[in-house]
Amino acid sequence: MIDVYTLKRLALWGRLRSPWILHFNSGSCNACDIELLAAITPRFDVERFGIKVVPSPRHADILVVTGPVTRQAAPRLKRIYEQMPNPKYVMALGTCACSGGIFRGSYAVMGGVDKVIPVDIYVPGCPPRPEAIIDGIVKLLKKMEAETYGK
Amino acid sequence: MEGSLTSIINLIFGPQHPALHEPELFRFKVEGEIVVKAEPRIGYVHRGIEKLFEKNTYIKGIYLSERICGICNVAHTVCYCQVVENVMNIEPPPRAKYLRAVVHELNRIHSHLLLLGVAAEELGFDTLFMLIWRDRELVMDLIELITGNRVMSAFNTIGGVRRDVNAETIEKVLKVLPKLEERVKYYRKVFEEDPTIRKRTVDVGILPRRDAIRYCVVGPMARGSAVDVDIRRDIPYAAYDEIPFNVIVRDECDVWARLMVRVDEVLESINIVRYALEHLPSGQIRLPLKRSAPPGEAISRVEAPRGELLYHLVSKGGITPYRLKVRTPTLANLLAASKLFEGHTIADIPAILVSIDPCFACTDRVTLVDVKSGKSTKVSLRELARRGRE
Ligand code: SF4
Repeated sequence: MIDVYTLKRLALWGRLRSPWILHFNSGSCNACDIELLAAITPRFDVERFGIKVVPSPRHADILVVTGPVTRQAAPRLKRIYEQMPNPKYVMALGTCACSGGIFRGSYAVMGGVDKVIPVDIYVPGCPPRPEAIIDGIVKLLKKMEAETYGK
Repeated sequence: MEGSLTSIINLIFGPQHPALHEPELFRFKVEGEIVVKAEPRIGYVHRGIEKLFEKNTYIKGIYLSERICGICNVAHTVCYCQVVENVMNIEPPPRAKYLRAVVHELNRIHSHLLLLGVAAEELGFDTLFMLIWRDRELVMDLIELITGNRVMSAFNTIGGVRRDVNAETIEKVLKVLPKLEERVKYYRKVFEEDPTIRKRTVDVGILPRRDAIRYCVVGPMARGSAVDVDIRRDIPYAAYDEIPFNVIVRDECDVWARLMVRVDEVLESINIVRYALEHLPSGQIRLPLKRSAPPGEAISRVEAPRGELLYHLVSKGGITPYRLKVRTPTLANLLAASKLFEGHTIADIPAILVSIDPCFACTDRVTLVDVKSGKSTKVSLRELARRGRE
């Protein structure tokens, strides 16, 4: 007989062992995006750790946002965030996503993902190397672990 | 909805969609399985870069132009530096021109391999995607070796290039090239012979030569439709007037032809890199930096991986541009592309889309006006409330 508590622990364990990622480009120059893609391809291969890029927000645990949020993309970003099931985590990938980067001050960008949705981890770099992206994910997993088991 | 045929439904593709790594929206009107009309809706990546150019100095502009599109960043910096050099009336030294060509071609190889990988993925051939991307890392290593960065090369500067190569680097690069060539030849065979790939791409998304000319498409898309254009040969810049190379043209006019043009161009680019490194002139790599430009006007054209890229600069003197206009290849290709979908099934949409190799990060910088007018006319069409904005 499995009780609810054990099932919950099982779900948490599963989430930490295999976090699924949703990638959203909110106006990036594509360099961050191709580095994220490079991270899942054979040289870096994060898929062997169960990290998987999924197509739908409803399946995702981590939302990876690249790019300074443009005014056009901001409502979409918000909607995608709202569509994700709880608990959800957000990773701002690239200097643009962290602060607006080189595009800060333009009339068309909001400047940073945290202007629109809460961010859990920032990975700066223009673009960050795949190693940095993997490091960011690992740090985020630690944070998730502390949040779920810590208390 | 015009036509009010009940059987016609709108299929919304994007802005967040796994087949598009960029947020763009396509509205396909479909009747059963067949696409009757396709409307791209661009503008999600508009970042107001042209305005930012006016606020920043010429030097900062290099880094800004690089970030118009991260994939073809070298094409953008070459074009930007050339246009500023034209206004300032300076000519980079020969060694710099050769190095520019080398990095430009490495960038093209990485861009084409990236696209071929993504194309394989869209065709449902995930293994090939992974394999191509694995070998693409070889190019990334070479770019890092020469420029110091993996993606954003920050290599070109006004009046030359920022880093020199030594004999050791050249030797290392020349050692990797045959390995790469062998792999690309293998992929060429796969694209040429694999029955699944051929079934999905041959005779799909046909763009006849006449239409290609009429819609002014550029780059591999034009060359896949038997239009023989290549800025590198037609209006040589950098060192292309001294480097021998072939322009790949195919006359099948379909998705397959466009992919094959890219595979063959990778092989050509490898030869260009090899030739340029073997015939590298000696001398300095850049001229002393000039900060301000005299009043004047200039254009510059380069062959970016996706086609012709044009910069138009107006200077009124001083250290910032008065106006910089950028015209990127995807904008030219996208208009023709919407036609390609008509008459094909929904399953063909991704294949056709990747064969254009759209790069919206480039495109969105230039279409503010279109987006605005498009917005006002399309609002009534955004009937699908689940996608409604604002
Ligand atoms: S951080 Fe740099 S590489 Fe990433 S989207 Fe911004 S400009 Fe491009």
